[in-house]
Amino acid sequence: MLKSPYDTDCITWSPQGRLFQIEYAMEAIKQGSLCVGLKSNDYAILATLNRAPSKLAEYQQKLYEIDEHIGLCFSGLTADGRLICKYLRTEALNYKYTHGTNINPQRLVGKLSDKAQIKTQRHSKRPYGVGCLVIGLDENGPHVYETSPDANFYEYYAVAIGARCQSAKTYLEKNYETFANLSKDELIIHAVKAVKSSAQSDVELNGRSVSVAIVGRDTPFKFLTSEEVEATLLHLGQAMEVEV
Amino acid sequence: MSKFNPYNDNGGTVVAVAVGSRVVIGGDTRISNGYNILSRNYNKVTQLTSTNFIATSGQVTDAQTLHKLLLAKVALYKHQHGHEPSLKALSKLLCVTLYSRRFFPYYTFNLLCGIDDDGQGKVFGYDAIGSFDELKYGAQGSGQQLSISILDNQMKGTNRNDDYSFNGDPVGLVKDVFNAIAERDIYTGDHVLIWDVSPQGINQSAFNLRSD
Repeated sequence: MLKSPYDTDCITWSPQGRLFQIEYAMEAIKQGSLCVGLKSNDYAILATLNRAPSKLAEYQQKLYEIDEHIGLCFSGLTADGRLICKYLRTEALNYKYTHGTNINPQRLVGKLSDKAQIKTQRHSKRPYGVGCLVIGLDENGPHVYETSPDANFYEYYAVAIGARCQSAKTYLEKNYETFANLSKDELIIHAVKAVKSSAQSDVELNGRSVSVAIVGRDTPFKFLTSEEVEATLLHLGQAMEVEV
Repeated sequence: MSKFNPYNDNGGTVVAVAVGSRVVIGGDTRISNGYNILSRNYNKVTQLTSTNFIATSGQVTDAQTLHKLLLAKVALYKHQHGHEPSLKALSKLLCVTLYSRRFFPYYTFNLLCGIDDDGQGKVFGYDAIGSFDELKYGAQGSGQQLSISILDNQMKGTNRNDDYSFNGDPVGLVKDVFNAIAERDIYTGDHVLIWDVSPQGINQSAFNLRSD
């Protein structure tokens, strides 16, 4: 994207009817590392490719539990992501305290979008620099949502955001119609394959650089252990070349 | 005209005994209001983590709110720390939660019990504004005075002339204590719910008391 006039702050329209600060914020997501979300009739899964700032450092966690029925991962400015995680956890907990039941995931995502919208209409604020993938369970089953700095949210069968997400998206587009009746393990394999398809050859894929979490009708939100992720990666490595 | 009194004692008793790596918690299931019985089937004990419980006597609405609040605080702790709070951490958490209402207290008399990080079963007893102490055994509620004397005698060997140390079954002891209280305390009766908590797991049982 090239610099343009009318992009100094969030409250100035361009003559074409665009708010450039929001569009620049969306660019920040593309700099972040990959997140993948997908679902079947019974489960929803998030998978992330984690980054480490250097060889000496630990991989940074991007996948978080919000409540026993909701999980979140994000790409972009990870600091914004962690604060969003804190907010969603508080909202979900307050709802459960007041109403005695789990919050509807779509309502929770809507609350986040409302907060994001405020940040696009004040001169003193900047939009969130992070796109979130949210998986959640309600009485109709599992759902996958994407939120973005433009304060919209969308529901998906399968989605990928972050660096080189096009490869993952292409893989998901080819395969998503088969997801509905898959078993938990088959679905996990698809998620990890999607992450693999976007990873460059020099990126090390192991149980710490790849995080996977699942939520389902009979499964409260939980992470796959790094051993389970390693086992899946090993299984895929021994199988045929990933078709993209 | 009488001023509105926000407090009301709904009666009942809770008892807890810690022996080694095990703790036994019992609470009767009666709620009263004055001379009336409101329920014969009410549970006064809430499980907060996989090994820790809170048992409360006093005012039911304050107890329910306190339990709800603690469950939410435990959930937040789990999110922030990645693991459950230890019994030690929970004991302080309950203390500060109660003290935060120092000037309009929760009318609750609590026993916090469970298995701590060192593998030992423990009981913590509280007053309404958060003063607490670690105990080997505790009782709260309308039957406290009746039960504590028995527990002192059986667990510590007070008021007896023989050489004695407790080596019986703590579940049996809790049952005997409740039977004794129910004989003389009008607010304790109906049934008792008992949790036998040890590193091997949690064994829940119930038994009947006098219904009068």
